Amino acid sequence: MVSLPTTLNTRIIGSREIFWLSAGFLLASLPHLLRIPIWISVLTVGIAGWRLLQSRMRSKPAAKWLMVLIAVAASVGILLQYRTLFGRDAGVSLLVVMLALKLLETRTQRDGTLLGFLGCFLLVTNFLHSQTLSTAVYMLGCAWLLIASLISMQYTGAWPGWRSPVRRAGVLILQGVPLMLVLFLLFPRIQGPLWGMPQDAYAGLSGLSDTMSPGSLNNLILSDAIAFRASFTGGIPEPKDLYWRGPVLWDYDGKTWTAPRIVESTNALPDHGPQIEYTVTLEPHNKRWLFALEFPGLRPPRSIATRDMQLLSFTPVRSRVRYDMVSSIATAYGADDDQSLLARNLRLPPDTNPRTSAFAQELRKKFPNDRNLVAAVLTRFRNENFVYTLSPPLLGEQPVDEFLFETRRGFCEHYASAFTVLMRAAGIPARVVTGYLGGEVNPVGDYILVRQADAHAWVEIWLENTGWVRVDPTAAVSPARVERGIASALPRTDVLPMFVRGDFALLQRMRLTLDSVTYTWNQWVLGYTPDRQRRFLSYIGFSESTWQTLAFLLMFCAGIAVLIGAAFALRDLRGVREDAVKKIYMLFCRKLERRGLRRDAAEGPCVFAQRAGQKHPELADPINEITALYIALRYGDEPRSEQVPAFKARVRAFTG
Amino acid sequence: MPPAGGSPSLFGALKNGVLEWMFQWRGPERGTIVLVQRRVFILPTPQGLLFAGVIVLMLIGSVNYDLSLGFILAFLLGATGIQSMLHTFRNLANLRISPGKVQPVFAGEQAPFQIRMTNQARVHRFSIGVTRDKKSAVYIDIPPGDEMVATVTVPAIRRGWLRPGRLTVFTFFPVGLFRAWSYADLDMHVLVYPAPAPQGLALPLPDAGSGDGGVHGHGHDEFFGLRPYRPGDSPRHIAWKAVARDDTLLTKPLLTKQFTGRADAELWLAWETLPAGMDTESRLSHLARWVIGADSAGVAYGLRLPGLTLPISSGAAHRSNCLRALALHGLAADHA
Repeated sequence: MVSLPTTLNTRIIGSREIFWLSAGFLLASLPHLLRIPIWISVLTVGIAGWRLLQSRMRSKPAAKWLMVLIAVAASVGILLQYRTLFGRDAGVSLLVVMLALKLLETRTQRDGTLLGFLGCFLLVTNFLHSQTLSTAVYMLGCAWLLIASLISMQYTGAWPGWRSPVRRAGVLILQGVPLMLVLFLLFPRIQGPLWGMPQDAYAGLSGLSDTMSPGSLNNLILSDAIAFRASFTGGIPEPKDLYWRGPVLWDYDGKTWTAPRIVESTNALPDHGPQIEYTVTLEPHNKRWLFALEFPGLRPPRSIATRDMQLLSFTPVRSRVRYDMVSSIATAYGADDDQSLLARNLRLPPDTNPRTSAFAQELRKKFPNDRNLVAAVLTRFRNENFVYTLSPPLLGEQPVDEFLFETRRGFCEHYASAFTVLMRAAGIPARVVTGYLGGEVNPVGDYILVRQADAHAWVEIWLENTGWVRVDPTAAVSPARVERGIASALPRTDVLPMFVRGDFALLQRMRLTLDSVTYTWNQWVLGYTPDRQRRFLSYIGFSESTWQTLAFLLMFCAGIAVLIGAAFALRDLRGVREDAVKKIYMLFCRKLERRGLRRDAAEGPCVFAQRAGQKHPELADPINEITALYIALRYGDEPRSEQVPAFKARVRAFTG
Repeated sequence: MPPAGGSPSLFGALKNGVLEWMFQWRGPERGTIVLVQRRVFILPTPQGLLFAGVIVLMLIGSVNYDLSLGFILAFLLGATGIQSMLHTFRNLANLRISPGKVQPVFAGEQAPFQIRMTNQARVHRFSIGVTRDKKSAVYIDIPPGDEMVATVTVPAIRRGWLRPGRLTVFTFFPVGLFRAWSYADLDMHVLVYPAPAPQGLALPLPDAGSGDGGVHGHGHDEFFGLRPYRPGDSPRHIAWKAVARDDTLLTKPLLTKQFTGRADAELWLAWETLPAGMDTESRLSHLARWVIGADSAGVAYGLRLPGLTLPISSGAAHRSNCLRALALHGLAADHA
């Protein structure tokens, strides 16, 4: 029994609770500590260590002015470091330091509780950087620890050991899962953002861009970051058909290809030829392109299709999106494009690449038919010792000339660029298309995984009466790039990310399984967007419901979930267990009953003992002794549970 | 204790009525009070509201930055909070509260009321608080199937019967986001003896003609050197406590052992021996001190009050009978 105020808030917490809170805070901020500038991490860990030392040594709390000084100095430092206090990274750094200072200040249970809550908030900020399955598991562990540390502050009696709060926190979380699931599925989702995002919110997202200059794709090809995944309704198409169309680049300044600022949109999407149905789950890349196999036959929601068959989302893709798609393979499009449009695709900067122009004129004379001319150029690529490599020599002022006639070493963007220039010089409208080629088939999850390393550039040319058709000059140089992916196309000396090469069968298998798990995770957990919630609701029969209906549905399901939780929590209340001491006494009564002595329901133990003693004087001593023990144990001043076994032995030994 | 009835304001009466209706205050209840579901109330604490606020912040952040995992974590923490409400409720529900032992005290002392709390469920109940004045509380942990005693002290101001009044049994466990509470107005009483008067009037001399042996010189000395009585510092206290119980079987040996060597003297402690101008309460105080003095001196004594005479006797039982008569002088004998 402990005497304390009726609110426990003002209670000073001990070194044990401080240890729990520090552990929770440090583990929750660990991913941040590895990311933020080292001086902030060192400061944070230092402050936490100081607080732990204080509680261990029972030394005085840090002076208020010192804490204010540290807070101000850290804020100024962060301001100097990031030039702001409100960006994503600056904000997180500030939060971490301030929480460390709160830990330093924590004395009472109120402070400790607040710190626990803020620690939970800190967990969410970790998801700004990573939302993988492993992050989720780690953060769940941290939440568990933080809740356990909140519980650890609530014991008023003897400390029951660390298992007690940990177990209780685990039970609370587990029993909360049904309600969590209901809220996750049914709580109305709003499409963010609610306010302007900090500028650095999407730093570090990689992907294709709207320009292409020598070397720009090179960086992408060295990255094993995932661009998107696609699962097909039918079988997975052949590798040669897996051209994922992205930015289409029209304009050339002699060095760089650029996509036009504005392209007319169209509703006429190709719907002939073999159709492929699939679903794309696109990773955020902070650009508007939605990738689809050539040529898309469908416009995903909240996007437009342009005349040059690009799919553009209304807003940059800043979160994982999922869309269903149908593509028509091996067709051409845009046979009716007008002259002005085609003229733009013939334009070349004057006085550039003269040798290429001369060569094109020469070819034109030799092959009046466009198709023959194309075939001749491809044959030239195939036969004249062109090499496909990721480390081409640097090119000078006339890059196409140098590439075609001197170095002859390059990769897709060199070939696409040179081929397009050649076509335009020969009078055939042509443009560069960038996107991804191929992808890795994941047999575990039955889908295709496309990485940034699969980035590719190819060409499309416009032929009279046919329209725009795809020509991939790289395929002429390195058919393996198309057929078997980039890893087999490059010489082994070229550096490629480990995951792209499949040298070790077991490793490959493991990582495919892992990616399959990730894919499922992305589909069902991370990909649960407002849009998907609508689809889920219509799937369960609430397609055109009013918000009142949906609110009722949420309430109803949440009610059921709470009832499930209550059934688990209150289960232990029902299982009323009989008092152990009373049970033993009952055994004693049964023994006496066998001697013909029945205790009356209203008869107290003492009266009964007296009666029994009178009837069996030879047993009076043990009867009195047992009764006295029983009364002492059951009604005594303080419970003496250690005497229960002795009492039990006494009754056992009693020969009734 | 019933609320102090100062000026009867309309608002106060209304508030009391509402509270009575809401919390089913029904006055003292006999026997064991079981905190059944409808007797347990629960509300979030300020911390609980703060926690809800933090979760709302998490949700806003998750909407803004489109963090699916943020939603999951916020929902999971919210659900955990709701679940903690059920656990807080469970910590109190079905708890059995019954009156424990009480012992008489003197006015001016703290009367300890033992509140017996029985946990018949399989849950380990932690940090159950019992408070009377809503300022300080005693906290106990009750293991499954066990019984614990919380001792609530109530200042004994006046002589007579003292009730603990309406007690609040409450808990914040396990997370402190919610406070569950219940009211228990146990039908239990402590007899408050008049406060022994500070040293002033000497004990009256034994009647000259009564008895042949007179008072032992030793006993006489001790009686004059009487110290103010402090409960708990004398072994007699324990014996007397045992007498207060009706359980004869166990207490018999204690009684006989205690009072074998009493002095054989007769002493009347009488109302009328006290100065005429003295008021009732002072008389009772003096008489109480005399009873204690005579008892600790081992002298046989009798007590004479208006309308009541306790014949000359000695021993713990006699002492408590006398003090009881003093405590209840002019009051109803039963504790209704």
